[in-house]
Amino acid sequence: MAFAESPLAQPQAETPRLPLLVQLHDWVVTVDHKRLGIMYICTGLLFFAVAGLEASIMRWQLAFPNHDVVSPAVFNRLFTMHGTTMVFLVGMPLILGLANYLIPLMIGARDLAFPRLNAFGFWLSLFGGALLYFSYLGGEGLTGAGTAPDVGWFAYAPLTERAFSRGHSTDYWILSLLVGGIGSVATSINIVTTVVCMRCQGMTLARMPLFVWMLLVVAGMILLIMPPLTAAQIMLLLDRYLGARFFDTQAGGSALLWQHFFWIFGHPEVYVLMLPGFAAASEIIPVFSRKPMFGYAAMVGATLAIAFIGMGVWAHHMFTVGMSTMANTFFAASTMLIAVPTGIKIFNWLATMYGGKIRFATPMLFCTGFLFQFLCAGLTGIMLAAPPFDWQLSDSYFVVAHFHYVLIGGLLFTIFAAIYYWFPKATGKMLSETLGQWHFWLLVIGFNLTFGPQHIAGILGMPRRIYTYAPGRGWELWNLLSSVGVAFQALAVLCFVWNVIRALRQGPPAGDDPWDAWTLEWTTTSPPPEYNFETLPEVQSRRPLWDLKHPHDPDWHHE
Amino acid sequence: MINAIARTSHAEPTEEAFPSRGRVGMVCLIATEAALFAIFVVAYLFYIGKSFIGPYPAQVLEVPILPTICLLASSATIMLAERALSHGYGMRFKGWWFLTILLGVEFLRATAVEWYRLIFTHHLTISTNLFGTTFYSLVGFHALHVTVGLTLLTLVLILSVCGYVTQAQNERVAALSLYWHFVDVVWIVVFLVVYVIGR
Repeated sequence: MAFAESPLAQPQAETPRLPLLVQLHDWVVTVDHKRLGIMYICTGLLFFAVAGLEASIMRWQLAFPNHDVVSPAVFNRLFTMHGTTMVFLVGMPLILGLANYLIPLMIGARDLAFPRLNAFGFWLSLFGGALLYFSYLGGEGLTGAGTAPDVGWFAYAPLTERAFSRGHSTDYWILSLLVGGIGSVATSINIVTTVVCMRCQGMTLARMPLFVWMLLVVAGMILLIMPPLTAAQIMLLLDRYLGARFFDTQAGGSALLWQHFFWIFGHPEVYVLMLPGFAAASEIIPVFSRKPMFGYAAMVGATLAIAFIGMGVWAHHMFTVGMSTMANTFFAASTMLIAVPTGIKIFNWLATMYGGKIRFATPMLFCTGFLFQFLCAGLTGIMLAAPPFDWQLSDSYFVVAHFHYVLIGGLLFTIFAAIYYWFPKATGKMLSETLGQWHFWLLVIGFNLTFGPQHIAGILGMPRRIYTYAPGRGWELWNLLSSVGVAFQALAVLCFVWNVIRALRQGPPAGDDPWDAWTLEWTTTSPPPEYNFETLPEVQSRRPLWDLKHPHDPDWHHE
Repeated sequence: MINAIARTSHAEPTEEAFPSRGRVGMVCLIATEAALFAIFVVAYLFYIGKSFIGPYPAQVLEVPILPTICLLASSATIMLAERALSHGYGMRFKGWWFLTILLGVEFLRATAVEWYRLIFTHHLTISTNLFGTTFYSLVGFHALHVTVGLTLLTLVLILSVCGYVTQAQNERVAALSLYWHFVDVVWIVVFLVVYVIGR
């Protein structure tokens, strides 16, 4: 204490705060990967609130039969904007933000390979998102038809052709995704180059943290799957503006081709979103189980297998359009095959926890919840992979429940785990454990209450995307439960927001390494300086900090 | 706090040689562009023979042998330019580089003439039929990439005339020439699909 009061320590503690305008200007012109990472994550969370609000309105509309809160047209816009926002403006910014912030720190580098390209990618993503929401104002078009896009997040042709989608709403959908897609590709090029060229001394590929491995695979996937969507959107723009015939069925164009192109992007995109969730879990579970990750090599192999097989399963979204038996069989088999590497991962996480000294801090709670819920998602996924089952339940609420178990129960839970885990590093402040526990339990209850009953509503025949339904079909209870769950989820998110605000204002200082973790980001200060490391680190094993803390028993004796 | 993890006795391979960032970045860009072209190629192949009305490819397309030779030759000349730069021969570099640009421009000129003929003689536009739609989008998309490449090549030529391109810029020039090779390889695919299979 006496040391802290010495005059030498004073000036640093009382650095005068810069004027607000200067601070904002610094954020706008920054090329620092940490600031861009934080801005990515804030963008993702902001759009998460917007898309969550849209979902809440839809759930309020569906809470009772023949409910009349919004009109059918508004409902169409709501589910289109909700889906598009959640995938492109919430999922992508959150995973790219985590990658941005953590990868250079984890591999012992000072920044990404192309810092300006990184800033360019972020601003493209942000303005792409702004463009999508500007459609609410500007989508009126000369014909006065439509405001926001209402063609669904996969925008099937020929519904998106000029003849059926008047006005400019669909154009806003196309352009905003085009712009955002270019941003994602730019950032992915950056990530791959950084991991290939900028690892610190001794950081061989086999010593990279699993987080970096998985994000490397994700970036590689984005490079290969974003272009099909971009190409299809360019074709659609040519159709809409130059009178091309790509998806014009009257001139021989094929509506099916759009479906193939979209899902060649759309299905791998699910893995692009999920793998970063796996990546965060693979860092958090070992630290809170006090054991090294079980089966590192198998994890890397499983990640590559998921990426590879994941590129060849897209048409399982199209069983009901009437493909050949051969195609159905192939895509059913490849889809079921993907359960193998995913299963390997789940067993590896469980084996890491098995016999470990588990600390159920908030990040670990979220990871545990993720394991259970993601398993449910995987099981319904295998069910839907069987074409006869899919013919029965495709486009029903069963499918809605399935992919929300993947993207909320799986992805969102791990994203929250990641935020709780790395928040102390990024801000130097600890989040409250009590509020974290409230957040977790409210979200578990709310999430399962919302999406669990939707399985049953789906099996009872409730189609997705309907704006209302008549009483007497046995759907009332499940829909009501589903809508009640939203309130719990909203409370959970409020707990989170309050927790973050409180921690930023009066959270206890975190220190450099609050979780007693093992990867390089915990060797530097919290928050890290702009240059990350004073001298670039040198590593000898997968857990450099363990080696440092246990010089008598370093990891490289065992690897 | 702790920034260097203590070295220990057992020897480690130090100083790993990483490839240059520019080259890796360009390879990534090429991978993503290749996926983009793949989709346009698939669309072209899918719609072969599906046009309801003419003109059809066999009636109007002529195989562009000379422009193809020009474009492929430009890959060789850019390689010679690159080699000259890495040996420090500034004049020779500029000469080969300029020839590369000329060959690229000749290719674009030939494309322009072909399109003019198709549009004004045969009345084939992007909205005429599926052939027109897929032809103009695939060939046009490639021509767009040639144009971007030529713009960058010209920029380098201007910089080198001003004396900024020296042996030290070798890696950057190599990354750009990688892109130019890619544009050529794409043309081989487009040529096969449009003028051989599709005719």
